[in-house]
Amino acid sequence: MAQEIEFNLNGEQITCAVEPPTLLVDLLRDRFGLAGIHVACETSRCGSCVIHIDGRSVKSCIILAVEVDGCSVMTIEGLADGERLHPLQTAFGDCGGRQCGFCTPGMVMSALDLLQHNRDPDESEIREWMEGNICHCMGYHNIVGAVQAAASELQADTEV
Amino acid sequence: MTMGADKNRRDVPIRGAVGSALPHDSAHLHVSGAALYTDDIAEPRNLLHIALGMSTRPHARIHNLDLSKVLAAAGVVEVLTAEDIPGKNDFGPVIADDPILAPGLVQFVGQPMFAVAADTVEQARRAARLAVIEYEDLDAILDLDEAVAAKSFVLPSEKLQRGDSGAAISAATHSVSGRVRLGGQDQFYLEGQIAMAVPREGGDLYVYSSTQHPGEVQHTVAAALGKQNKDVIVECRRMGGAFGGKESQPAQIACIAALVAARTGRAAKLRLDRDADMIMTGKRHDFVIDYNVGFNDEGEIEGCEFTFASRCGMSADLSGAINDRTMFHSDNAYYLKNITIVSHRCKTNTVSNTAFRGFGGPQGMFAIEYVIDDIAACLGKDPLDVRRRNFYGTTDRNVTPYQQTIEDNIIGEIVDQLERTADYRKRRAELQNYNENSRWLKRGIALTPVKFGISFTATHLNQAGALLHVYTDGTVHLNHGGTEMGQGLFTKVAQVVAEELQIDIDRIKITASDTSKVPNASATAASSGSDLNGKAAQVAARTIKERLIVFAAEHYGVRRDEVRFVNNHVYVGATELTFAELAHQAWFARISLSATGFYRTPKINYNRATFSGRPFYYFAYGAAVSEVVVDVLTGEHRLLRVDVLHDCGQSLNPALDLGQIEGGFIQGAGWLTSEELCWNTDGALTTHAPSTYKIPACSDLPVDFRIAMLESHANREDTIYRSKAVGEPPLMLAISVFHAIRDAVASVGDHKSSPLLQAPATPEAILRAITRMQGGDL
Ligand code: FES
Ligand code: FES
Repeated sequence: MAQEIEFNLNGEQITCAVEPPTLLVDLLRDRFGLAGIHVACETSRCGSCVIHIDGRSVKSCIILAVEVDGCSVMTIEGLADGERLHPLQTAFGDCGGRQCGFCTPGMVMSALDLLQHNRDPDESEIREWMEGNICHCMGYHNIVGAVQAAASELQADTEV
Repeated sequence: MTMGADKNRRDVPIRGAVGSALPHDSAHLHVSGAALYTDDIAEPRNLLHIALGMSTRPHARIHNLDLSKVLAAAGVVEVLTAEDIPGKNDFGPVIADDPILAPGLVQFVGQPMFAVAADTVEQARRAARLAVIEYEDLDAILDLDEAVAAKSFVLPSEKLQRGDSGAAISAATHSVSGRVRLGGQDQFYLEGQIAMAVPREGGDLYVYSSTQHPGEVQHTVAAALGKQNKDVIVECRRMGGAFGGKESQPAQIACIAALVAARTGRAAKLRLDRDADMIMTGKRHDFVIDYNVGFNDEGEIEGCEFTFASRCGMSADLSGAINDRTMFHSDNAYYLKNITIVSHRCKTNTVSNTAFRGFGGPQGMFAIEYVIDDIAACLGKDPLDVRRRNFYGTTDRNVTPYQQTIEDNIIGEIVDQLERTADYRKRRAELQNYNENSRWLKRGIALTPVKFGISFTATHLNQAGALLHVYTDGTVHLNHGGTEMGQGLFTKVAQVVAEELQIDIDRIKITASDTSKVPNASATAASSGSDLNGKAAQVAARTIKERLIVFAAEHYGVRRDEVRFVNNHVYVGATELTFAELAHQAWFARISLSATGFYRTPKINYNRATFSGRPFYYFAYGAAVSEVVVDVLTGEHRLLRVDVLHDCGQSLNPALDLGQIEGGFIQGAGWLTSEELCWNTDGALTTHAPSTYKIPACSDLPVDFRIAMLESHANREDTIYRSKAVGEPPLMLAISVFHAIRDAVASVGDHKSSPLLQAPATPEAILRAITRMQGGDL
């Protein structure tokens, strides 16, 4: 029996019917065409599918769609302000923070959670935080660099 | 003619010239989630989803395959077996021994026997489990020792010999021999194998495939369907990683999707989930290496013998060329006067192993580096001194065992420089001191070199094509036979075109690899992507430029050498035009603004029968120093510092090249330390998900990671802007990590002997090596 749920998706109020076993990632990708959420392991081990629910990062491959009833969901597609990229996106783009780019949306969304709760993380905090996001292309060095660059950018922004 | 604003721009250099550190062309799309991978392409109406029924036995006859329940399951539209394949049931890239769907005989756990197509992914996957299968088990060969003993080989064993190694070893003052096991590695591209086939009119098919080799997918799909190549188009815009794992294997995935599409008339998609991908698709070959080496008091190698046995799995796939490359790289950077290399290509009842970054080269290099360490331990020397002692010369001692004269040797220079910048000697002394005073934590350091041969060893594959259109607004459509897997090939080739035409790179549309634009392209592999496709695109760009020059000279009545392309502008004698203006004028004058380019690598020639000639156009060099600390009680280690010096020739794009070096290094470190593949006694892979298969994570990264590119060393050969290939070589820099660990373990026994450490150096392997050093029982 399909269940009706209501949630906010990237700033838009949504009401839709879902079958209870539907995974959140499938709902978002298939029904709402949010293809920036990637699926690489389907078992919560790689971080490619990370999105935010009520401001915290979660792996959408192990969450049921019905669980976001009443919540606010943000995906990589909702991060930019119109044409203007979020500083994290700019940093991942500039600092060589990606190669094939498949892990990138998940990386950005994980890093966003970190920076929203810790404005000035040091390198080891970043490394530890990003541990749940696997990349098999890069040495992570540039990923850490991108998070640091975005952190200073965001600080500069708020100071102005 | 030219507007004022443009006049000001003529002094502004073009964006994206060769040598600029430009980000990847898709950077903006990647970070906004808008880059489309195959699974993200808008799905056609009525799309079917496919799941596979896989063998649970390593070797068995299928007596009865009862699929009635599968067919009756909810949402199922079609079920296919080998019998439903109208054409050739094979996707073997070299030899026809790779069935798309197993025809009555299964040869490894995970081999697909049937395909289920249903309305949803879940329906297909659920239905696939409902088959009732009667197997008759046959004897299975699951490990390398068994395979060698039974002479179970997918291809004949090969031997490469120079001089008399046996006599040289007997006559040598010292000798050591041993055996080491070296594990395989899963490619673990984040985007799994996937293809979507869409029927078109008249029975034609359009296939989206995540592949390094669209041409082969096209040809294989056509053959499987009993169609001709012209009836199938294959497209790939980008892959979410590949690393060799998408060289031969995507053909199978695409064939299955195409079979379903052809049969049902509906578009069909097959995406393997991670477990199926790891169980069903091939990996880097694991090896057993036997060695025997004789040397003098200085550590100079007098004679050396290697016997390689590699796990090829159930079929030949690309194992012939992979194992050849192992033989070609078991010299690494060292002159081996008397050498015998025997290579067994073992057939086992496990998944067919395949290409993976380095393509057999890393295993060969691993072998000789292991031997050098043994020599150093035997003589009580610093391994670096033994390495240096054996380096190839520049004017003598410079012929490889396969008779190629090395003309571009710079390994001595690289190692000298790195030894200095990494403070190798000083740190080694400090380490010794540290270890003497530390009982449970031991540190180790190692410097290892890399010399990697660039070109496909199969000469005919060293060719490439490109297609270039210039539109009347001066913008450009660029296509070539290479594929984009994250390495930045598309960006590099676009830089070449930008440089040639002197236009901003944003004016060039980079387009998906497409078999209808460039035919018969080789796989993007062997690190050759930018070497080959860059040159082909350069030829196409120069053809068009030449036409424009001839036109402009005539039109404006100037000499041809008075036409110059600079900074988005063209100077025709005293007249100044924008590139767009000239393009428009040329079109109006009925000049063709479309051209193809073709390139074949010069100088190479190689006789496979005698293993001699010049398989490689040139060599890429590099070296790395790694320092680790090992916990003697747990066997765990940490990578403390890494210094790399790598040769990219004159880099086309330093930002992308640095990324390749860093990523290759960490991937190599994963192979040699944490990424362990385990099979159980029933032949099933037990490490088929990231929960059990440990890819390096962010927290495993060396805290101190210093990468430098060798400065001002243009390629001696006439490669594209004198750059060097950089895809594979850096992976092997990580051999230094393994040897740093070995060094740390050796310190447990005061460096009196060289520890037997198997790769990957997992905590268990390290503990076993330490226990052995301490004379304990295992
Ligand atoms: S796909 Fe969700 S964590 Fe890997
Ligand atoms: S960039 Fe390819 S997996 Fe991270």
